[in-house]
Amino acid sequence: MSIRRVTAPEGSLISACYVVPGLPHVLLAHEKSPSWTKLRKSFDVVREEIEKSDAEMILYFSTQWLSVLGYLFQADPEPEWTLVDHNWHEYGSIQYKFKVEAGFAKAYSREVKGLGHYVREVAYKGFPIDTGTIVAQKLLNPLNRLPAAMASCNMYAEKQETLSIGQAAMRAIEKYGKRVAVVVVSGLSSRFETKDIDPAKDAISSLKDDEWNRKVLELFGEGRLEDVSEVAREYTHQANADMGFKGIWWLNGLCGKTNDFDGRVFDYQPIWGTGAALVGLYPKRGIVSNPEWVNDEADLVERSAIGDQRSGQRTATASAIGDRQQPTARGQQPTAQQQQPTKSSALIATSKAPPPVGPYPHARREGDFIFLSGCGPRKPGSKDIPGVKLDAKGEVVSYDVEIQTRSVMDNIQVILEASGATLADVIDVQAYLTDMKRDFGTFNKVYGEYFGARKDAQGTPIGPCRTTIEVGALPTPIAVEMKVVARAPYHPRVPFSGAN
Amino acid sequence: MSTGRIVTGVLAPHPPHLVYAENPPQNEPKSEGGWDVLRWGYERLRKNLQANKPDVFIVHSPHWMTYVGHHVLGLPHFKGLSVDPIFPHLFRFNYDVKVDVDLSLLIAEEGQKAGMTMKVMKNPDFRIDYGAITSMYLSNPAFDIPMVAISSNNSPYYFSNEVGQEEMKKLGEATRRAVERSGKRAVLLASNSLSHRHFTTEPEIPEDMSHEHIYHHGQYLWDMEVLKMMREGRSRELIDCLPEFMDMASAEVKAGALTWMISALGYPTYPAEVHAYGSVIGTGNAVVEWNHEKGAGQ
Repeated sequence: MSIRRVTAPEGSLISACYVVPGLPHVLLAHEKSPSWTKLRKSFDVVREEIEKSDAEMILYFSTQWLSVLGYLFQADPEPEWTLVDHNWHEYGSIQYKFKVEAGFAKAYSREVKGLGHYVREVAYKGFPIDTGTIVAQKLLNPLNRLPAAMASCNMYAEKQETLSIGQAAMRAIEKYGKRVAVVVVSGLSSRFETKDIDPAKDAISSLKDDEWNRKVLELFGEGRLEDVSEVAREYTHQANADMGFKGIWWLNGLCGKTNDFDGRVFDYQPIWGTGAALVGLYPKRGIVSNPEWVNDEADLVERSAIGDQRSGQRTATASAIGDRQQPTARGQQPTAQQQQPTKSSALIATSKAPPPVGPYPHARREGDFIFLSGCGPRKPGSKDIPGVKLDAKGEVVSYDVEIQTRSVMDNIQVILEASGATLADVIDVQAYLTDMKRDFGTFNKVYGEYFGARKDAQGTPIGPCRTTIEVGALPTPIAVEMKVVARAPYHPRVPFSGAN
Repeated sequence: MSTGRIVTGVLAPHPPHLVYAENPPQNEPKSEGGWDVLRWGYERLRKNLQANKPDVFIVHSPHWMTYVGHHVLGLPHFKGLSVDPIFPHLFRFNYDVKVDVDLSLLIAEEGQKAGMTMKVMKNPDFRIDYGAITSMYLSNPAFDIPMVAISSNNSPYYFSNEVGQEEMKKLGEATRRAVERSGKRAVLLASNSLSHRHFTTEPEIPEDMSHEHIYHHGQYLWDMEVLKMMREGRSRELIDCLPEFMDMASAEVKAGALTWMISALGYPTYPAEVHAYGSVIGTGNAVVEWNHEKGAGQ
């Protein structure tokens, strides 16, 4: 495995960022399992990279160091103890004596305190440094060549708070003035095998976890830290990511919420059923703290783009996510827009769909869902309605519901594409017809052409839910309108193929 | 040898604040007191425990977390410094404890017979967790009676509350059989608080009681509901509602100690004695005693 020459880009103090697992198997018992041995070898590569880098300090953020009262910072210049892991005690004891950059603890705690949080610098004999930090430090910095800094992970902190704690780390680094290799100690999926296993046959505990780990590693491999951060909640929900993958939020905050990295996945292996990977993220440009990035979004109820629109900073035609979710071929550089921070709330509009007939967007994304406004059959750039004949007074002489339904479906497809989704992502449809008795059969036939083809293994259709309603009139002389809700997908591009 | 028995079961919460407030010589930080109602409750409990003349304390603590099965201490003596990773400024306790290894091994054996993964911890460098030390200190400050410590398996956190409950019921039954085989009089300490949402700040003087109250009223209501069940001897109903309590009040009983103890006691129908209830940094804590010798005769 090649060693990369790691240096901080000009004007920045971040040499490189790493994500590494923190279970003791790799340190104490790697010979028991080929998987653990592979991880050990990858640790050796990362260690060599850090040793040859221009970093002057390693900053650890471990999801195993949990705090309740705000945030703790290791401030003992030479913490020394013998650790026995609570679960893996049979693998032996870990004696350690670390060189800690106590001054940085002060600098970092000051920044975090400035955010209004409780902070404590810990310099107590026998204070239990967590297994994860110890394992990482013993494997990456065994001779204490570089001083280390260590910060806790608050168990109650949600996304925005954790991002802001990461952001504070960057400010502290700049004030402290030393170049840093940043190490997040975190596993991937964290479902342990709960019985004894043969370590030589260790495997990820479920296929679902494995698939999710690979999706996330694919993003990491492309350097898309911000996108991993965005998907962390869903990843946690689906695959029980280690401590809610908070470590990635913290790193994303530190790095200024960007996808602008070269990524490298050194290896991905199981440890007792959990997912473990070593990832390198190398900034393409200098990372600096951004005072203009104000972290004022509320957790869970994230700020709506409507607010920006009202303040005049954004127009309804600006698509925040459409381009981001267009698949990019492997090896192709992502566009500048793809590297922009993403929002979980956004308005979507496209010139390929007919303009709205009122003050509403074509669609908006909220969290994991895309809500489309009611969509009719009109075409952009024309006032004509497909399939409709009007008399001189503008009254409908005749209409073709088949043509109208197809046109509606085509418009829906266009808007979904602008949102990064497809018809396959649609989960709910409301259809409005002005003449149920006359048109339902034809409408239903055309609808089935678009949605009816999706079937499960038993051949049962698995299209979206649908409600069809007859209405007295629609806003323009149209006979069909549909409103859909779709899931906002993350498209896996190609399967993760292991170490690169 | 006569058949052993569980003489008392105790809900014995382990906020390190209570040890800090007592100012024992083993603890390095010193305080001006605080959390008196809970400490007075423990004082009343201790009198009852002494009267029951136990041979051994068995403590199940959520702060010895294990992923693979249930572990028990397997060496006769442990001495060291226990530092709370969350509240290091309050708890740095020099402990010196004796372990009843014979009973540890019996529990491991009975657990294995019941199909559970059991492990015996034999690493002499092992540091006993602060939860076990705190509950032990508050129940028997002299540490003159040996203990058995059982780890808390983490499975409810990545399976479900219900899965964890069923496992803990089996562990309780295995513990009861082991105690019976041992011929000893055992006290069970379920080292859990009730509702468990903490404040994330504390006053400059941690024992400043003008700042202490339950984190939110919903926690209080839930705590009162489960305490009512305990006081009315409705322990099966209590166990049935624990999964909901865990979710609704972030209850620490998720770690399983209460379920383990109630199961080991055979789901008592006599009223438990609530010695005290109070909040510690926002969490709900109660010292509750099931005096099995007295209660079983009611």
